Amino acid sequence: MAENKEKVPRVKMPEQDPDVRRRNFEEVPLGLTPEMAIKEASRCLQCKKPACVEGCPVSVDIPGFISKIFSNDFSGAISKLWERNALPAVCGRVCPQEAQCEGRCIVGKKDAPVAIGYLERFAADYERKKGTGEVPAVAAKTGKKVAVIGSGPSGLTVAGDLLLKGHEVTIFEAFHKAGGVLVYGIPEFRLPKEIVASEVAALEKMGAKIETNFVVGASVTIDELFAEGYDAVYIGVGAGLPRFMNLPGENLIGIYSANEYLTRTNLMKGYLFPEYDTPIARGKNVVVLGAGNVAMDSARTAMRLGAESVKVVYRRSREEMPARTEELHHAEEEKIEFVLLTNPTQFFGDANGRLTGMECLKMELGEPDASGRRRPVPVEGSEFRIDCDLVVVSVGSNANPLLTNSTPDIALTRWGNIIGDPVTGKTSKRGVWAGGDIVTGAATVILAMGAGRAAANSMHDYLTLGW
Amino acid sequence: MAKITAREEMAQGTIILNEIEAPRISRKAKPGQFVILQADEKGERVPLTMADTNPEKGTITIIYMVVGKSTARFRDLNVGDEYFALIGPLGKPTHIEKVGKVVCVGGGTGIAVLHPITRALKDAGNEVTTILGSRTYDLLIMEEKMRAASHTLHICTDDGSHGHHGFVTNVLKDILEKEKIDLVVAIGPIPMMKFCSLITKEKNVPTFVSLNPIMVDGTGMCGCCRVSVGGTTKFACVDGPEFDGHKVDFDELAKRLASYLEDEKKSLEAYKKSNA
Repeated sequence: MAENKEKVPRVKMPEQDPDVRRRNFEEVPLGLTPEMAIKEASRCLQCKKPACVEGCPVSVDIPGFISKIFSNDFSGAISKLWERNALPAVCGRVCPQEAQCEGRCIVGKKDAPVAIGYLERFAADYERKKGTGEVPAVAAKTGKKVAVIGSGPSGLTVAGDLLLKGHEVTIFEAFHKAGGVLVYGIPEFRLPKEIVASEVAALEKMGAKIETNFVVGASVTIDELFAEGYDAVYIGVGAGLPRFMNLPGENLIGIYSANEYLTRTNLMKGYLFPEYDTPIARGKNVVVLGAGNVAMDSARTAMRLGAESVKVVYRRSREEMPARTEELHHAEEEKIEFVLLTNPTQFFGDANGRLTGMECLKMELGEPDASGRRRPVPVEGSEFRIDCDLVVVSVGSNANPLLTNSTPDIALTRWGNIIGDPVTGKTSKRGVWAGGDIVTGAATVILAMGAGRAAANSMHDYLTLGW
Repeated sequence: MAKITAREEMAQGTIILNEIEAPRISRKAKPGQFVILQADEKGERVPLTMADTNPEKGTITIIYMVVGKSTARFRDLNVGDEYFALIGPLGKPTHIEKVGKVVCVGGGTGIAVLHPITRALKDAGNEVTTILGSRTYDLLIMEEKMRAASHTLHICTDDGSHGHHGFVTNVLKDILEKEKIDLVVAIGPIPMMKFCSLITKEKNVPTFVSLNPIMVDGTGMCGCCRVSVGGTTKFACVDGPEFDGHKVDFDELAKRLASYLEDEKKSLEAYKKSNA
């Protein structure tokens, strides 16, 4: 498949037209056709020592699944993916491929890299649409019981891996729907909820029990779970405590954390109000503070909720914006404006406490800071006003103390994150592992899945060999 | 799960009591904590502070006023029906200790929240005086239960239909003039809590209030319920719901509670129409 690699350009993903999609919640990329996928697969060099695999936090056999697509064996491709990744339909959509597999692709040194993400998504969607409902076979029952707290990407990965190894798994979820950030955070137009539901259904088919509306730390403690017969516990509760900027006027009506804005819209289906009961403010002039993936999700959601203008206000420059390249590109196509090197200083409201605008300062880049990025420094006297009726604060999350407060024997960092062994995810408490954002602070879906994978291996050793 | 085991209408049908099956929550819950309920998949998540728990029976009791679509939907649930979602117990429990003389002030459905706290304060050895208020006597709830939970009970009605003619704040003021009070607990409508706190602040009497801001998840994840307390932002769901009444910015809370007034009206009207 390598002979005409130079001639085949990287496939272009068919997408909804930006002018249409900026007003609907349907998925933006439409997916590759089988012909497109096979052609794109032909661009893979099938490297003997594939750098792309090294770039993948869960070490998917990338040349392996691509060669199956190339030979028209799409079911074979999904089986290859499942060997290392329980959520390929999700990862194909939300992984930062440019910083991982595709960033390491040898083809990419001279040409555009192989579209690994698109191909992963293609294989997973093909299998799901075929609707055979096939799931991987599970090993003989071990008789061991595992509690997984949180049903986000890391929890689902742990559950999938341990089910495969024959353990009994119960997933505890505080919300009424499983999926964690995949259902409350990432919008429908980027990750259709039907996909998450089908991934969760597959786990249930493999034997997972899912307890929704269950807050571990409130309804039950971890010690009580052990007393109820669980042999091991995995904590994957996410970061889950939104950061605000502590600026004057921040409690005005119309200022949301990204968590609230997205939860109301995605999980509670506020965009379908009043068919659904939870309202969501529909801003005319919207400002999103921050420039990560969550900020892009918020900005693009605001546009779909009918905004006239949406501005992303960010204190550094374009280069430092942490969102995936594709998200930035999609946002710009949807007429979202980036107001860079700008930092808010205060918010203004009317007599009813409703937001009317904000004051900002221009910034310039100074010396590099601890993160290696050039530190933004305010330009004196550069204050200016932006009129707005909705602000979404998307500047990260701190660790939620609800669970850790009820489990004082788990060691925490001074920021309240759980200290987990970087290799195994073991915490300071016997029989308890942790991974994902509650350990690392806000990061990506795939890193949380990588942590889940490592913890599941370590938990399996513990359950079969001992601590 | 979350099946309604008993239902009662109070205050001429404007206030509803539900006893709900929730064995785990009933075993864990302490006075002052709340739950979040959702009637069906399309419903809002509504926070309600528990009025009672019965660990032996495995039930909790909530008491709510019918004000909008979500509570109208709750009202239409009968004994045997189930809530779609029920989580808890959430928030910090009331700090109960023996301090001496305590005055508990309640209004509206705040009385339901006040009841387990009052009982616990009495059980802890405090001398408890309770002041309850309502617009008119027919709308007053839980009089006998509150009488049993207190040493002395005063009733106030705005229209003079029973007890003292006037506001709870008048009676509170009188009591504070006459004797040294060690703690005041005020739970009810925001103006009531605000003016009780203003009065007790003058006399330097420690006062706590229980707040009911709008919430979504109830576990600290969204920040919808943020309130200003002593100039810093707190999340009522995880830092509260009880706060020092002298430090709460009640005006900001009242404004934030009105965030969705227009949407709420629209939603209630649509619900009434679909039921007509």
